[in-house]
Amino acid sequence: MKYPAAGLILLSIVIAALGCKPRAGNRLSTGHHSSAPEFSLPDINGQKLDLASFRGRIVLLDFWATWCAPCRTEIPHFVDLQNKYGPQGLQIIGISLDDSAKPVQKFYAEQKMNYPVAVGDDKLAEAYGGVLGLPVAFLIDRDGRIIAKHTGETEAAIFEKEVSEAVKQ
Amino acid sequence: MKPKTALLVVLLSIASLSFVQSASTVDAVHSVEPADLAKQLKTAKPLVFMVGPHTLYAQAHIPGAEFIGMTSQDEGRKSLQDRVRKVPKTQAIVLYCGCCPWDRCPNIAPAFNELTTLGYKNVRVLHIAQNFGIDWMAKGFPVQKEAAAVAGKPGGK
Repeated sequence: MKYPAAGLILLSIVIAALGCKPRAGNRLSTGHHSSAPEFSLPDINGQKLDLASFRGRIVLLDFWATWCAPCRTEIPHFVDLQNKYGPQGLQIIGISLDDSAKPVQKFYAEQKMNYPVAVGDDKLAEAYGGVLGLPVAFLIDRDGRIIAKHTGETEAAIFEKEVSEAVKQ
Repeated sequence: MKPKTALLVVLLSIASLSFVQSASTVDAVHSVEPADLAKQLKTAKPLVFMVGPHTLYAQAHIPGAEFIGMTSQDEGRKSLQDRVRKVPKTQAIVLYCGCCPWDRCPNIAPAFNELTTLGYKNVRVLHIAQNFGIDWMAKGFPVQKEAAAVAGKPGGK
């Protein structure tokens, strides 16, 4: 090879990319379909974000943070999902576990996020059974019941399959 | 700069971004598995520093662990430097985070590098493969909530 260093770097990038491949995530079926804990928070734009106000819609509740690489990978897929299934009743809600709203506002603008995001805390995380690692996403049906939970980075196709089925109900 | 050199620089930059912050850059010889640490903590008393996000620490952490803050950020590294200022270089220290999968954790490597640069010789990192919930709490290892451990400690929201 004429440029062995470039070859090594390319190989490194391929290995890194493989290491960052989305995983299936740990899907935990909630079985008894427990009710999603209610919350009411100001979103990062100062608007009231009240889970109960989305009753009748399918809610994908995503616990994430700007410093979380797997979370950042999922965000563009959520933006696409909101665009595609919003008219059919999907509402994605982001709960950032950043320590403040400032980095979230910057990221929100950069990524052109199209769904509401609020900064949560440990109390809200605990209400959802504990969020001891990110990302964690909950799919909530039109009656406010949790129908799926995903821990860790999850393939976009899995979310889309679940959402496409949920919005039909 | 010649085009080929520029390409090389760009590729090198991308490769660096892919690797530099990951916990997997810390040599495995310095890591300890959760089961082993849980066993060791019954008798030994290393300093255990949590170098991840506060929301995770507040929900549950290793008993006796001190919250340092996210060492991927300047504030967290400064907090770590301040904490060890009077700590002997031979002190056993365990660092853990658990915010994200091991190969995506942004905090462990900067914390480890900070301490080794400062001359600490007995630093280990807790190998948390997926996250703290799955690899520590769900396996039944002991945890403590913030209120019971360090009420009023700076770092809370």
